Amino acid sequence: MIETALIIETVVKAVVVLSVVAAMGAFATFIERKVLAFMQRRLGPMHVGPYGLLQLAADGIKLFTKEDIIPQNTIKPIFIIAPVVAAASAFVAVAAVPYFPEFTVFGYTVHPIISDINVGLLFVMGAASVGMYGPLLAGLSSANKWSLIGGARAVIQLLSFEVVSGLSILGPVMMMGTLSLIDMNDYQIGGVSHWLIWKQPLAFVLFAIAGFAETNRTPFDLIEFEAEVVSGYATEYSGMRWGLFFIGEYANMITISVLVSIIFLGGYNDLWFIPGALAMLLKVSLWIFLFLWVRAAWPHIRPDQLMWFCWKVLMPLSLINVLITGIVLV
Amino acid sequence: MSSQVFLASSIIVVLVIAIPILFLATGKLGPKNKKQKEKNISYESGVTKSIGNSNNPFSVKFYLVALLFVLFDVEIIFMFPWAVDVRELGWFGIVEMFTFMALLLAGLIYVYKAKALTWQ
Amino acid sequence: MLKAFDKKLEFTKEKSNRYIVKLEDLKRVIGFLKKKMGYNFLVDITAVDYSTYKTAYPKRFAIIYILRDKNFDNLTVIKSYLNEDEIVDSITDLYKSANWSEREVWDQYGLKFKNHPNLKRVLNHKEFIGHPLRKDYPITKNQLCTKTDDLMDEMIPRLKAKGYENQEEVMFLNLGPAHPASHGTIRTFVALEGETIISAVSEIGYLHRGFEKSCENHTYNQIIPYTDRLNYCSAILNNIAFAHTVEGMLGVELPQRGQFIRVIIGELSRIIDHLVCLAANLVDMGALTNYWYLYNPRETAYHLLSKLTGARLTNSYMRIGGMTHDLYDGFKDDLKQCLEDVQKGMDDSLSLIEHNRIFQDRAQNIGVVSKEEAINRGWSGPNLRASGVNYDVRKQHPYYFYDTFDFDVALGSVGDVYDRMMVRFEEIRQSMRIIEEAMKRLPNGDINVPDHSITFPKKQKVYTTIEGAMNQFKLVMDGVKVPASEHYSAIEAANGELGFYIVSDGSGTPYKVKVRPPCFFAMSSLPDMIEGEMVADAVLDLGSLNIIAGELDR
Repeated sequence: MIETALIIETVVKAVVVLSVVAAMGAFATFIERKVLAFMQRRLGPMHVGPYGLLQLAADGIKLFTKEDIIPQNTIKPIFIIAPVVAAASAFVAVAAVPYFPEFTVFGYTVHPIISDINVGLLFVMGAASVGMYGPLLAGLSSANKWSLIGGARAVIQLLSFEVVSGLSILGPVMMMGTLSLIDMNDYQIGGVSHWLIWKQPLAFVLFAIAGFAETNRTPFDLIEFEAEVVSGYATEYSGMRWGLFFIGEYANMITISVLVSIIFLGGYNDLWFIPGALAMLLKVSLWIFLFLWVRAAWPHIRPDQLMWFCWKVLMPLSLINVLITGIVLV
Repeated sequence: MSSQVFLASSIIVVLVIAIPILFLATGKLGPKNKKQKEKNISYESGVTKSIGNSNNPFSVKFYLVALLFVLFDVEIIFMFPWAVDVRELGWFGIVEMFTFMALLLAGLIYVYKAKALTWQ
Repeated sequence: MLKAFDKKLEFTKEKSNRYIVKLEDLKRVIGFLKKKMGYNFLVDITAVDYSTYKTAYPKRFAIIYILRDKNFDNLTVIKSYLNEDEIVDSITDLYKSANWSEREVWDQYGLKFKNHPNLKRVLNHKEFIGHPLRKDYPITKNQLCTKTDDLMDEMIPRLKAKGYENQEEVMFLNLGPAHPASHGTIRTFVALEGETIISAVSEIGYLHRGFEKSCENHTYNQIIPYTDRLNYCSAILNNIAFAHTVEGMLGVELPQRGQFIRVIIGELSRIIDHLVCLAANLVDMGALTNYWYLYNPRETAYHLLSKLTGARLTNSYMRIGGMTHDLYDGFKDDLKQCLEDVQKGMDDSLSLIEHNRIFQDRAQNIGVVSKEEAINRGWSGPNLRASGVNYDVRKQHPYYFYDTFDFDVALGSVGDVYDRMMVRFEEIRQSMRIIEEAMKRLPNGDINVPDHSITFPKKQKVYTTIEGAMNQFKLVMDGVKVPASEHYSAIEAANGELGFYIVSDGSGTPYKVKVRPPCFFAMSSLPDMIEGEMVADAVLDLGSLNIIAGELDR
């Protein structure tokens, strides 16, 4: 009996979270176009619906009904699996992320986390690193040189920055003594002054930079920067296959935003008069806005500069951070 | 508790694989692929007669980076459990781990010197 | 001048700066000019087919070398007559810019060069049969060419020179013709190791329309719209360059107001051209917002131009001996608004990148070309100035009162992508200064040459008097009669020295027109520039040279 209730609850939660994340991802594309347009003194989508709001639906219909093209010489099964891997790994990551404080509906307490894994952080990071296989497989199976270069770029970029994000998160983990995201959130109860960002500023900056790189955002958008590698690993993809990569990318963006908010920015604890859930939403939105702002403001860097930056600047810095944290703690 | 976690995780794994596949299935709504030869040619900036293909060996300088990654990622995996319990382990843990890190750092410095991280 | 070289040398002085030498002396003479007289800037090489010319020439063809000396003060033209079967000594060992120029002469006229490293077609397709600029090639004859050139004939020697014997070690990749960063249909074929370019070969001609051949059966004024399509980002400057050359042959000078209008509109075109180049270059490095900041003022400028000329891009505003019409009422205010927009867009864009470390790391020390190299490669304009060479046609050979305007020449110091971009930013500023000064000094009066054998009479006269109607009719049907002569003249276009070499036989249509497109020479050096750099840098190099396919391929 309990089992059945649990299954129903989990399925409902999973469907709700996944659809919300997917919808937010889709909406983020619209917001991105609008915000960039605002910063670049133009209007952005305006023709479909009021203020172009229905552009989203139009894009969706286009993606869903586009002709399915698999170019010649591709390794077909891998070519088909790659986008599924990208999207699925991005979605799996959201399973262990708590979004809101617990709340009660009709006397039934809901934990807004699909699966309360006590090593939630590891789970999220593990799932995110599986996501690397998407671009890699796509790049290798497309039988296209641009895809191959894009795939190679994706692998080095994601691999390198995973080291940085892993090392930079060690400091906070050492301080909080837990890998559960809920415990991390609870550690920061008590207002802005209890946020971890004040205790681990270096870790915060490093993790944020790694977040930009892992989600392939400017200034690290080398993987599919069109002026250089056309469309990178996704050159040969079209229609919904391409759309899945896209959804995965935006879901990753949201996951990173949520992670930063939970680990460093006080999570879903109440903020002054703002209820926790709303505070969380605000933080995530702010973070996504930052992604867009940086994209509007900066050019992007070259692959070798990226590697140089990662291995010669960020890596040593994150090691130093671990060192200092260790010495201070003990 | 743990059974709940496994159950939830398996449910979500099924779902996240099902949803993309469902999305892909909508492709059947669109026009049929007519298997036109020109359309299915792989893209290389509009040049149809290209030299070599993407299955030819590709210079693999970045393999070195990948190897380094494995090195450091394993290190990080060792460090996570240590990080959680660093308070209890005290000075002993700190010294142990820092020795380990110093060894790896020495490796990294060697890699710099060997110029494996310069792209060219 | 040539007397000093060799007492026994036979030569004729055709004009003050044009010498005719014997074919076998050609290379010696040019070598002497370069080494002893400091003529180290090869402007252009071209040829003329005299087979249908009204007066007889000793041989069918003439090959023509146009050179400038080291301070760019003197222009010397060396000419030599030859027949189809005679072979010219290649001067590619003296001037790197001669490489593609000689290829073009071979392509268009079928004249062979001895010791040329790679004498193959450059503008026409490799399957093309015949040499289109020969007079016996019919203007309307089409040829359908379909096979892609794999370019391996050029690539393999280059690879071998770098020590790559085995082709399996590298990946071959086509950057263009249809690539997001190739700014027009330009193909660069590269061999990659990782992402580093080991060796590169460029193929141009995808936009070759036979401009020079088309000129040979159109009257001078009918050619003006064709010149629009050369550098379509600054169409009016091409109009001016062509009209200026023909006016030089006619020996007429525009009334002051006409000259000032040419300066104002020409500088505005230069601004537009630089804005396009900078915007595209910045977008290539991912700075998307700069693109819009720079493109929006361009839009204001296009509004102004379409109000003035009736067209946004291909304006065709100039005519031989003047222009279609005077400025409209309220032009001054529109121009002021336009300049304000440009200033604001430029300031905003610069504030985004000027102190940005990413931008500096991307642009500095990329695609460095030294002074000597740039001159040897025949670069001109902003690209040459970015390398630190002070050569601006507006200063060295002032036309249209440029010597009386107060403006500075922007010079770079390193010759990298950063310098090329910053020189352009500065040139926009200087152009704005010129425009402002010209607007203040703009005199009243006529805009066209009052000679009605060149410009149309007033419409009033055409409709009411038989002389006026006949005058207009003759000008339209026969064109402007240009006295039989050969003439080279250049102006400073947005991309550099844009020159026309025109041969006239006294009729209303030119006997031969040769454009000296500045980006042809910039493009010919691209393969050497990008070798050893990464794909991402190659894209910036291409963008910073401002290659315009319309002008490059003609």
